[in-house]
Amino acid sequence: MVNVETELCGIKLRNPTILASGIVGVSGAACMYAAKNGAGAIVPKSIGPVEREGHNNPVLTEFEGGFLNAVGLPNSGVDSSLEEIESAMKNSGVPVFPSIFGGTKEEYGEVAKKISVLNPQMIEVNLSCPNTANDFGTPFALDANEASEVIKIVKENTTAKISAKLGPNVPDIKAIAKAVVEAGADAISAINTMPGMVIDVKTAKPVLHNKQGGISGHALKPIAVNCVYEIYKAVNVPIIGIGGVSTGEDAAEMIMAGATAVGIGTGIYYRGIDVFSKVSYELQKLMDELGYDSIEKMKGAAHK
Amino acid sequence: MEKPVIVEIEKTIDETDGIKTIFIKHSIEAKPGQFVMVWIPGLDEKPFAISYLEKEKFGITVAAVGEFSDNLSKMKEGDKVGLRGPYGTNYCLEGNNIVMVGGGYGAASLVLLAEQALDKNMNIKFILGARDKNKLLYIERIKKLVGEENLIITTDDGSMGAKGFVTDALKELLSKEKVDKVFSCGPDKMMKSVTELCTENNVKGEISMERWMKCGFGLCGHCCVDPIGIRVCKEGPVIDFELANKITELGSYHRVKSSRKESLEVKK
Ligand SMILES: Cc1cc2nc3c(=O)[nH]c(=O)nc-3n(C[C@H](O)[C@H](O)[C@H](O)COP(=O)(O)OP(=O)(O)OC[C@H]3O[C@@H](n4cnc5c(N)ncnc54)[C@H](O)[C@@H]3O)c2cc1C
Ligand SMILES: Cc1cc2nc3c(=O)[nH]c(=O)nc-3n(C[C@H](O)[C@H](O)[C@H](O)COP(=O)(O)O)c2cc1C
Ligand code: FES
Repeated sequence: MVNVETELCGIKLRNPTILASGIVGVSGAACMYAAKNGAGAIVPKSIGPVEREGHNNPVLTEFEGGFLNAVGLPNSGVDSSLEEIESAMKNSGVPVFPSIFGGTKEEYGEVAKKISVLNPQMIEVNLSCPNTANDFGTPFALDANEASEVIKIVKENTTAKISAKLGPNVPDIKAIAKAVVEAGADAISAINTMPGMVIDVKTAKPVLHNKQGGISGHALKPIAVNCVYEIYKAVNVPIIGIGGVSTGEDAAEMIMAGATAVGIGTGIYYRGIDVFSKVSYELQKLMDELGYDSIEKMKGAAHK
Repeated sequence: MEKPVIVEIEKTIDETDGIKTIFIKHSIEAKPGQFVMVWIPGLDEKPFAISYLEKEKFGITVAAVGEFSDNLSKMKEGDKVGLRGPYGTNYCLEGNNIVMVGGGYGAASLVLLAEQALDKNMNIKFILGARDKNKLLYIERIKKLVGEENLIITTDDGSMGAKGFVTDALKELLSKEKVDKVFSCGPDKMMKSVTELCTENNVKGEISMERWMKCGFGLCGHCCVDPIGIRVCKEGPVIDFELANKITELGSYHRVKSSRKESLEVKK
């Protein structure tokens, strides 16, 4: 069978599946669990400067085409999260890319600096959480200038590679991608969830405690594939394609659109925690069938 | 669909000191050990074990210990809540001679299991423990089920039954009788001791764990336990001793809402 190894900013992954931030990866042990189930790399839950409880329940609900979540970035704060990240790095056996967020640009820098004592190979900068507007205002990823300023500050505070995580709800994602790459991003993670709402008609109440949430899963896939396709045209850095991937064929779509690796989150619900090994295996079979002998050769095929 | 359905409370009964059972008019297909997520719109949503199960209704038993459980306890006939589930793994009955070890509202899922075990003509011993006699749950229900002679009560202060812990009673039982399987639900430390005791005695069994839950269906990762990372809502809450022995945080710490670790020592 063909080799499904891939390389992200010089970092070798045994397969292109990456645990997406915020799904399962709350602790070092949880990250290890996803790696044991086949993930080629791990992005733990996003970490901020101080402890946050996140929103009350419900934080996740389903609709016909996918899931809607507003967990509200719970985390124990960067200082006490270090031991979790360290345990993830030690025990996962695959690369671990910590994800960071902040309420201000300076906070991003502060968290990046603290995380960097662990020497991660790459840091994912979450510029795009749609569910914390009440605390943090509009996500940085919605504005090219704001996004690039965050990346610059993170860059000043770390020697790790940086992947900028973007959101889909912008008029021109190419412009944002160009701006963050110019500011120093070494890769782009696309995409975060798409704002949405689910209302319970019997009580006339939005189901999520935060009312609004972010759409993930099946419904997000064509949106994500399109974003990856657009970003691939605009910049020349590796892309982690995230959104609705749960089968080998979904992964192939992402890669053909231009992704070097794929993030998987909600797919864990659809296929189980071993979705990573399932997707890798299915991708391998599909590549055999279609005659691609490497991820590199399949990457961007839809552009030709 | 992982979305709450709005259901109506049929009636509530006072079980004991600050503990109530709420019956919900809704038929669910569940097995003993599984839990449901109960939503009070605008407030929060939390997991509760199923304690009564009939064709057209089921019950949960709620100890009022904080804002959510206080509010839920105050609900009355006709009030509405949201419901998701059932979720998680269930107990697995095996052998002829089984022992239930319940502490506090942990007895909830075990009585339901005892009902099933009776249908299979198993011999059941029920060890029920609490801090004092006012916290003992379902005494009459258990007596009716397994017979007074098979109910062993312990209280920390000796106000009813033997003074001491459920594990003291279990130890004595294991030394006297052939036991095929032990089922336990209650405070973390209690289940840790039960697991250790039974492992030493080569008796198999299962415990039902409790950890902070957000989604209840395996996505958020909040209920993952150290060091193996399994999700208590999905690979649990019911786990066998073999797995329990691998969970080093059992009886030692849990994670609070933010995910920060907190020692169980601070909790009474
Ligand atoms: C799988 C599972 C099954 C559960 N089944 C039941 C059940 O059958 N009946 C039931 O009443 N609860 C059950 N719970 C616990 C329940 O989900 C809530 O955690 C509990 O009601 C407390 O919520 P609260 O918001 O009222 O209190 P919180 O505000 O969360 O806590 C208030 C105070 O009470 C303390 N506290 C929290 N939980 C407990 C506890 N269990 N015992 C003693 N002190 C506590 C806290 O440390 C805090 O000091 C279950 C939990 C899980 C994970
Ligand atoms: C429950 C949940 C929590 C999430 N938390 C985070 C987070 O903390 N940081 C982040 O960058 N993205 C977060 N996301 C977004 C995911 O990483 C991912 O971008 C999105 O879910 C789309 O992928 P999927 O369809 O495979 O789930 C979260 C998504 C979900 C469903
Ligand atoms: S509660 Fe979300 S994974 Fe268990």
